[in-house]
Amino acid sequence: MTSDLIGTASAGPASTEVRMPAASAPSRPSRGRLRPAQRRAVLVTWANTAAIGLVALVFTFPFIWMFFSALKPEDEVFGTPSLFGSEVRWQNFTDAWTLVPFGRFILNGFLVSLLGALLSVVVAVLSAYAFSRLRFRFRDRIFLLYVFTLVLPQEVLVVPLFIMMNKLGLVDSYVALIVPFAFTAFGTFLMRQFFLTIPIEYEEAALIDGASRFRTLRSVLLPQLTAPLSVLAVFSFIGYYNSYLWPLIVINSPDLATVPLGLSMFTGEHGTQWSLLMAASTISVLPSLVIVALLQRQLIKGVALGGFGGR
Amino acid sequence: MASITNVGAARRVAAPTGGGKKGQGWVALAYLWPGLTGFVVFIVVPLVGSLVISLFEWPLFGSPTFIGVANYEKLFGDPTFYTVLFNTVVFAFVYTALNLALALGIALWLNTRLRFAGFWRVIFFLPAITPMVANALIWRLLLSQDGLVNSLLGGAGVEGPSWLSDSQFALASVIAMSVWQSFGYNVIVLSAGLGAIPKEILEASRMDGTTAWTRLRHIILPMLSPALFFTMTMTMIGAFQVFVQPQILTQGGPGEATNTFVLYLYRNGFVFDRLGYASALAWMLFLVVMLITALQFAGQRRWVNYDK
Repeated sequence: MTSDLIGTASAGPASTEVRMPAASAPSRPSRGRLRPAQRRAVLVTWANTAAIGLVALVFTFPFIWMFFSALKPEDEVFGTPSLFGSEVRWQNFTDAWTLVPFGRFILNGFLVSLLGALLSVVVAVLSAYAFSRLRFRFRDRIFLLYVFTLVLPQEVLVVPLFIMMNKLGLVDSYVALIVPFAFTAFGTFLMRQFFLTIPIEYEEAALIDGASRFRTLRSVLLPQLTAPLSVLAVFSFIGYYNSYLWPLIVINSPDLATVPLGLSMFTGEHGTQWSLLMAASTISVLPSLVIVALLQRQLIKGVALGGFGGR
Repeated sequence: MASITNVGAARRVAAPTGGGKKGQGWVALAYLWPGLTGFVVFIVVPLVGSLVISLFEWPLFGSPTFIGVANYEKLFGDPTFYTVLFNTVVFAFVYTALNLALALGIALWLNTRLRFAGFWRVIFFLPAITPMVANALIWRLLLSQDGLVNSLLGGAGVEGPSWLSDSQFALASVIAMSVWQSFGYNVIVLSAGLGAIPKEILEASRMDGTTAWTRLRHIILPMLSPALFFTMTMTMIGAFQVFVQPQILTQGGPGEATNTFVLYLYRNGFVFDRLGYASALAWMLFLVVMLITALQFAGQRRWVNYDK
């Protein structure tokens, strides 16, 4: 990889970075002695960057407006188009926290999402191992059935799932929130794709040395797959954390509500207090912001390879 | 977990891999049973169950009555069914078209000479992973009668409509919010597709004196067509499941202007206490999504280019 005048600072995956044409940067002169053509190229690059930055700012504006609305007094949320109200009310955040049991919603959200992600990953890894490394009857047919359900709208399943949960007495429980959606074919499909990229010789060596199959899965395969594993875990987590329709159906008591359900409880009952609602929304998007900030490279690789998922 | 370890240990005596024609059925079962059990219990059984339930009058609490295909007969005579079908199809096609056009445009732009491409890509990706309920609430604030959008329009001397409660604009508003929410996802998939196009081909073409438009039309788009097909299919499938946006933004209104398939399904099942009818709707949704997906796959031969 040669370093180039443009593009090295860009944060994206290397494959999509744009390089200066090789012909224009033969000797890499210092900044002061750029030839006119090069200077023009640098200028164009920065103008282009500024333009897309502006588009990105407009795109992000709903979030910015959300945050500033959260700091306004309630009667100034509507009307004058100004970022700041007559005062900056940080206490909106604490008020939002106490008006409804928002801490409880966050706690529920994290608990459900963590356990759900864990279950999804364990199930997906075990299934993907079987589909990619073992031979058995109907393997390809079963896998085809899995793939087929990737296009099945999950909404088709909610009525029977609700009846099932109701019959089992599990309505209004963490189990009902977590278990039914941990078995989607997506995780198995994604992990199988990654398993197939690892040559089987690695495991054969371990197996001949007397390691058990489970041991080779754990100590040979998985250490090479930490990136896709974390992507799958994060996507499952986000899927659970943001899910709305199923919790809306299966949860009745505020004690078990997750974040989106809790947010929707804000509106309605005693009229909507928009500044508090925006404070709560700001809090609810924070975990996602943190996850993206920490894991953006891997997330993007996961989307690019898996393509779908997320929800 | 323990049982799996044991099975693994028992395998120690057997041949390592590819042992004979019989296959490794029992070992496979040891790894497969958690996933397969869950798959059968929570996907296959409910899918079949949904079809069975649709043949009953099934209240939330109380005993179901078998009524044959009466739910389907009722459905085809239900004007709201046609309205939600129409709304959902309009939503799906307009949303998918706008989503792909924007995603392709931004992905191509990010592929030109600019800095921090990865950072901008992440920015566009953000709303796709923040809670959709929160995103929709933000837009409800922005688009309300005296919200920011209308204040800005007012400043420019234009009186904005009530975006969410005027039947002329409600569906368009729901579409706009939905595109904003999710096109960044496709930006990433298409960026990856663009990154996979060998630079040498574009460079050679450039030396032959082609215009940027020619390169886009005859090199980039054909080589990107598998990624475009993939994003189109998945975006369309997702579009037919639209629920949160109309539920939070407009409650399906005004009238039925933004009522969608899944919103109507939810209301029938869990508000109007008609689980059987909701299941009939669910199966119609399933059939429509299957049909549209099959049509897309049938059509791909005409424009998707798989040879490298």
